Amino acid sequence: MPKQRTPAVPGWFTLDVARPALLGTRCKACGTVFFPREETFCRSPLCQGTAFEEVELSRRGRLWSYTNNSYQPPPPYVPTTDPYQPFAVAAVELERERMVVLGQVVAGVGVADLEVGMEMELVLDTLSEDAENEYVVYKWRPVAA
Amino acid sequence: MAVGEVAILGVGMHPWGKWGRNFVEYGVAAAQAALADAGVAWTDVQFVAGGETIRNGYPGYVAGASIAQALGWNGAQVTSSYGACASGSQAIAMARAQILAGLCDVALVVGADTTPKGFFAPAGSGDRTKDPDWLRFRLLGATNPVYFGLYARRRMDLYGDTERDFAQVKVKNSRCGAANPNARYRQTYTVDEVLASPMVSDPLRLLQICATSDGGAALVLSSLAYARKRTTKPVTIAAVSTITPRFPQTIIEMPNFATDSAATLPVPDVSFKDSITKVAYEQAGLGPEDVSVAEVYDLSSALELDWYENIGLCKPGEAVKLLRGGVTSLGGKQPVNPSGGLGAFGEAIPAQAIAQVCELTWQLRGQATGRQVEGARVGVTANQGLFGHGSAVIVKTS
Repeated sequence: MPKQRTPAVPGWFTLDVARPALLGTRCKACGTVFFPREETFCRSPLCQGTAFEEVELSRRGRLWSYTNNSYQPPPPYVPTTDPYQPFAVAAVELERERMVVLGQVVAGVGVADLEVGMEMELVLDTLSEDAENEYVVYKWRPVAA
Repeated sequence: MAVGEVAILGVGMHPWGKWGRNFVEYGVAAAQAALADAGVAWTDVQFVAGGETIRNGYPGYVAGASIAQALGWNGAQVTSSYGACASGSQAIAMARAQILAGLCDVALVVGADTTPKGFFAPAGSGDRTKDPDWLRFRLLGATNPVYFGLYARRRMDLYGDTERDFAQVKVKNSRCGAANPNARYRQTYTVDEVLASPMVSDPLRLLQICATSDGGAALVLSSLAYARKRTTKPVTIAAVSTITPRFPQTIIEMPNFATDSAATLPVPDVSFKDSITKVAYEQAGLGPEDVSVAEVYDLSSALELDWYENIGLCKPGEAVKLLRGGVTSLGGKQPVNPSGGLGAFGEAIPAQAIAQVCELTWQLRGQATGRQVEGARVGVTANQGLFGHGSAVIVKTS
């Protein structure tokens, strides 16, 4: 039986395989967008808003900076390979939201393949698995030239 | 804004290392050293401000009281503060405010830590899907060095800094650390040796990333009137900044997944990290040009260069010029991290911001044997704790 595709954290991204998007919230009073989702009090110091609507964030952005994990991070990180394979981490700037979002970079793309300013897009990938579930997470991937 | 000063009557440290003993021992040793340096009896201390440690159970959360009890209950008022890496400054700010308000004459500030081996992981147990500090490890594997790596790479891309420049920071600081009996790492390195160490978070290598250490540091602070009875020219604290960011905060910071959105409100004129010392300079009526010596938080070698710009020693992008020109080396115009910095110490979180002030006090007294900045009159510390804790202290001598 195929494993259940389960988001590694609920409500942070759509499970649309072809066009996944991060899910943030927008304050109904001042229009400020938040990711991860803010649902209780608007964090703008000038706004008293308490009502929010869900919004999909831009699927593409520019690489603000990048690095990698040459060593396996400590728990609660769950390694996906044995032996451990280093992976890159990207900070991507979304133009419309004027916000930088961190994410893992897909396997097979290392720091040597990255350059500040390059266009990146959101994809879904497996974070970890157990007997019944494939836990899905968002990652960044360079837009194919 | 005119702000009163308090005197630094005494400073003391327990050497940094990986000793594996109870953090209270280091705190007591540092406190006793500071009291002896001040010539103040423990029983005369009226206020104790502790920096908390979160990795040593309940006694760590109430560190001020744990160390006061170990010194022997003396009936002093007590507090314990937490601000991540800025915890020490929070404790200094508490003691200073008590003194300036006239609520006490003499106070002990103390911080100490015992740290586990390896990467810092989130404190506490269990799955916490609402806690960004837990989630960043789970979803991203974003250790602290990941954030340092992002900043370092950004410098390389924006300003043309090189891996050799970052290595040179470590080389510079290792020479100072070698002369500091309280430093954990006393070895000097060459650029090639630094660049031969294993990559941790590209472009940062093992020898460029701050370790986690055990250690303790303490200050005896007093009112100027109290100090006058004991010494003629005390080093004083002229400013303390414990500032938070302003919204929208547009630089990605530990432990966050994203910056604030800058789409609805204008970005503040002064960035958070620039504002940390700006506020302190304003309190002290001084500017970056007055600084003789600085102790900044080199969690990575590259991060030290960020601080040159953030504390106003140069404009953005020009830090490498200062480094290459020797301006920030011992013997230069404005030496930075003559203690050896975190590169030579490793971080003992609640003690570190206090240790920065210990070093500057020795520098301003002319007691920093082997690493002395000649004629130092004004010193500034800069530091930042995760979750938005700015930290800066300005010390001066008349």
